[in-house]
Amino acid sequence: MKTKLFDYIERDNVIFRLSGLTKLICFICMTFSVMFSYDIRYILFVTVLSCIFFWMSKLKFRQIRLMLIYVAIFLALNFVLTYLFSPAYGTEIYGTTHELFRFSNRYTVTEEQLLYQITKIMKYASMVPMGMLFLLTTNPSEFAASLNRAGVSYKATYALSLTLRYFPDIIREYNDIALAQQSRGLDFSKKEKFGQRVKNVVAVMVPLILSTLERIDLISNAMDLRSFGKHKKRTWYVAEPLKRNDFIAIAIGLLVLLGSLAMTFFVNGGSRFWNPFIK
Amino acid sequence: MDKSPVIEFKNFGFKYFAQMEPTLYDIDLTINRGEKVVIVGPSGSGKSTIGHCINGLIPFSLKGEISGSLKVCGEETKNCDIFSLSKHVGTVLQDSDGQFVGLSVGEDIAFALENDLVPVDEMRETVKRVADIVDMGGHLKSSPHELSGGQKQRVSFAGVMVDDVDILLFDEPLANLDPATGKTAIALIDDVWRQYEKTVIIIEHRLEDVLYRDVDRIIVISEGRIVADMTPDEMMASGVLPGLGIREPLYVTAMKYAGIDVTPDIHAGRLETLDIDAVKEPLLKWAAQKIDREIEEERPVILEAEDMDFQYTSRRKILQNINFKIHEGEMVSIVGTNGAGKSTLAKVICGFVHEDKGCIKYYGENIKDWTIKERGERFGYVMQNPNQMISKPMIYDEVALGLTIRGVPQEQIEERVNQALRVCGLYPFKKWPVSALSFGQKKRVTIASMLVLDPQILILDEPTAGQDYRHYTDIMEFLKSLNDKGVTIIMITHDMHLMLEYTPHAIVIHDGQIIGDSTAVSILTNEEIASKASLKLTSLYDLALKIGADDPEGFVDHFITYEREVVRRED
Repeated sequence: MKTKLFDYIERDNVIFRLSGLTKLICFICMTFSVMFSYDIRYILFVTVLSCIFFWMSKLKFRQIRLMLIYVAIFLALNFVLTYLFSPAYGTEIYGTTHELFRFSNRYTVTEEQLLYQITKIMKYASMVPMGMLFLLTTNPSEFAASLNRAGVSYKATYALSLTLRYFPDIIREYNDIALAQQSRGLDFSKKEKFGQRVKNVVAVMVPLILSTLERIDLISNAMDLRSFGKHKKRTWYVAEPLKRNDFIAIAIGLLVLLGSLAMTFFVNGGSRFWNPFIK
Repeated sequence: MDKSPVIEFKNFGFKYFAQMEPTLYDIDLTINRGEKVVIVGPSGSGKSTIGHCINGLIPFSLKGEISGSLKVCGEETKNCDIFSLSKHVGTVLQDSDGQFVGLSVGEDIAFALENDLVPVDEMRETVKRVADIVDMGGHLKSSPHELSGGQKQRVSFAGVMVDDVDILLFDEPLANLDPATGKTAIALIDDVWRQYEKTVIIIEHRLEDVLYRDVDRIIVISEGRIVADMTPDEMMASGVLPGLGIREPLYVTAMKYAGIDVTPDIHAGRLETLDIDAVKEPLLKWAAQKIDREIEEERPVILEAEDMDFQYTSRRKILQNINFKIHEGEMVSIVGTNGAGKSTLAKVICGFVHEDKGCIKYYGENIKDWTIKERGERFGYVMQNPNQMISKPMIYDEVALGLTIRGVPQEQIEERVNQALRVCGLYPFKKWPVSALSFGQKKRVTIASMLVLDPQILILDEPTAGQDYRHYTDIMEFLKSLNDKGVTIIMITHDMHLMLEYTPHAIVIHDGQIIGDSTAVSILTNEEIASKASLKLTSLYDLALKIGADDPEGFVDHFITYEREVVRRED
C-alpha cells in the first residue's frame, strides 16, 4: 500500500527542473505580493502569470481537482459571510457609495462592496495555482532541503522529511493492529455504539504508540551512528545547484514582488487599495 | 597488511544505569586488523551490548557505568565521541527498515556524507560507486517501500561503506531475511571483507548460516562473559555450543548422533572443509539403522481451500488457484518469500479480506459469510510482534479482553482465563502488569488471549522470529504441547529448522501460487522448490550428497525421525 502525502509524479520540464529553493522563493514572493496588494488589476496580472506557470508545468487538472473543489467551497463561504457581517465595508474603504440594488436597509449592494469582495477572493484564488505548483512539482525530499537552504534549521526540516518517510509505515502498522484486534472481536464498524467504538480505537492506539516510540528510539540511534547533528550545517544529496533558469525564475519572483510594492507606492499613492471611484 | 589490534577490551565491564546488575564482566578481547569474527550468544547474554560499546552508542547514547578500558583503533572510546567513532566503525543494524532514514536509496546512502558537509558532486559520485559495490546502483531513486528486506539491508550496508570505515559491525544481519537472502548477505559481507580488507564483526545467533563463508574466530558470550574464543573447527570439536543454548550446525549434530568423535582435525567448522572420508562410513552406517515410528491415523479435514483466488486490484492476482487440505490436529508451516502471498492467505482465512473466487471450507462448510468476529472464535491469529497486539496494561485484562467483548458472564471469564493462563504457564503472573514480562512471555500472553476463545486452529505469523535457540525451543515445545491437546497449528515462517523439526506438513507459496505441498523433508531437499521459494537446502541434504548416500531425502528424514523418536524419548 502506498500512502503519499502529496501525489508527486516526476516529469521532465522547465518547471520540474527548477530547484526546490527557487520554487519556494517564487512561491513566497508571489504570495506576499498578492497578500500585500488590494489592487485587482495587479492581482489579476499575478493570477494570469501563475496560470501560465501552471500550464508550463504540464500538471494534469485531475491532480488538483479535489483541492480546487475545497478552495471553491471555502471561497464561496467566505464571500457570503463577509457580506453578511460587513455589507458596507467597501464603502468604508473607498469612501463613496454607488448603490446597485438593496435587499433591505442594512443589506445594500454597492459597487464598492462588490469590488472589495471580488478583490479579496481573487487574492486567495490567485495563490491556488502557485501553491499547487510548489507542492506537486517539488520532490518531497527536496522540500526539506529547500526549506533548510531558505534558512530553517536542518533538524526541524529533517523531522519533516522523516515524517514523510515513516508516515506510510505507521499507517500500515495501524491497519495490521486493527485487523488483529478485530479478530478478537473489537468492532470498528457503525454497528457498534459510538462510545464503545472510541474505546476500541484506543485499544489499537496503545500498541501503535508504544511501537512507534520503540521505532523512534531505533531511528535516533541509527542517525547518531551516522553522524547526524555533528555540524551546525549539513549538505543535501538532493539539493540542486542554482542554474540559469533558477536565477531567471527568482528574478521574476522578485520583480512581481517589487511590482506589487511599486503599484502601492507610486500608482495608488501609498494606499494598498486601488480606488477607481474617486477620479 | 599489518595485523595490529583495532579493538582491545581490557578488563572491561559495563552496567546500564537502569539495571541492577552489570551486563558485561571482565571482558578481555582483542580483534586484529583484517580479522573476521562472529560473536554468538543467547538473547540477553550481552552480545549486542558489546556491539554498542564498539560503535559508541555506549556510553554516548545509552548511558551506564564503564569499568576497565576499550580502545578502538588505538583510542580510548570514553575519550572520543560517537561521531569520531563512527569514522572507524560502520554499523549495520538488525532492523534495516528503521535504519533507512532517507526517502530514497540514494539519499539514504548519502546520509552520513550529508552530515559531514561533503559537497554535492563528490557525494553523488561516492554514492554511485558504493551503491554499485552492493549491487543497488540501478535503484538509486527507489523509495524504501519498493524494496525487499534484503535490498534494504544492502542499502544500510552501503550507507556505512561511504565513510570508508576500517571496521564493519553487523548486528544480527540475518534476523529479518529469508534463508536464501541471508545466504546472499553473508556472501556479500565476505566479498567486501576480502576485497577491501576490512575488519568484520558479525553478531548473530544463527551460527550455521554465518558459517556459510569463512570466519577466523567464533567468540561465545554467555551471561556477560566471554566463555569461548576459538576457530570454527575447534568450536565444533569442543561441543560448548549446545550447553549454552546456541544451535550447532545440523550436520555436526548428525555426526554426533552417528557416534563420530568430532575433533579439530576433521575440520568440521564448515561443511566445505569437512574431511568427508573420515566421517563417511559411520554416517552411512547410522543412516541405515531402522527406527520404529508411530503410524498416525488419518483425521478429518479441518480447513481446506478450493480453487481460491484473491486480488486487491483487478490488475494483479495476489493469490491464484489456491488448493490445500489441512487435517485436524496437524502442525503445518506455510513458507515462501516476502510478498509471495503467505500473509494474504492468513488474512483471507481470518476474513480480513475476501476471496474473489473459490472458497475456504471449515469442516466442509463454506465460510464465505462468516464475519471476522465469528472466525475469530475458531481461528486465533497471533501476530509476529506481541507488542502490536497487547492493548491492556494488566495480563489478566489482556487475556480476558476477547471474552469481555463478547459479553461472557464474569465467573465464566475468570474460569476460562485461568485455564488459558495455566496452559501457557502464565498462571503465577496472573496479577502482573504486561510490562514486567520478557518478549517470549508476552508472546505467550498473546497466545493465551487467543486460546481463551477456545479456537480450533491457531495461525501464527513468524512465531520464532528473532528468538535464540533456547527461546525458540521454549516456544515451539509449548506450541507442540498445544498441538498434542488437539489444536491445529498453522505457522507462517522463514525458519527452516522450525519446518524441519516441528511441522511434518509444509505448504510453499511462490508468486501467489502453491508450488509445493508435502512433507517438510521432501521440500527442503527439493532443489527446484527451494530455489524458487528462496529457501535453502538443509545442510543435512548437502552432507548426504557429500557422503554419497543413495537416498539423500531418506537421510534427512532419518535424522528427523531419529531426533524425534530416539533423542527426545531419552530426554
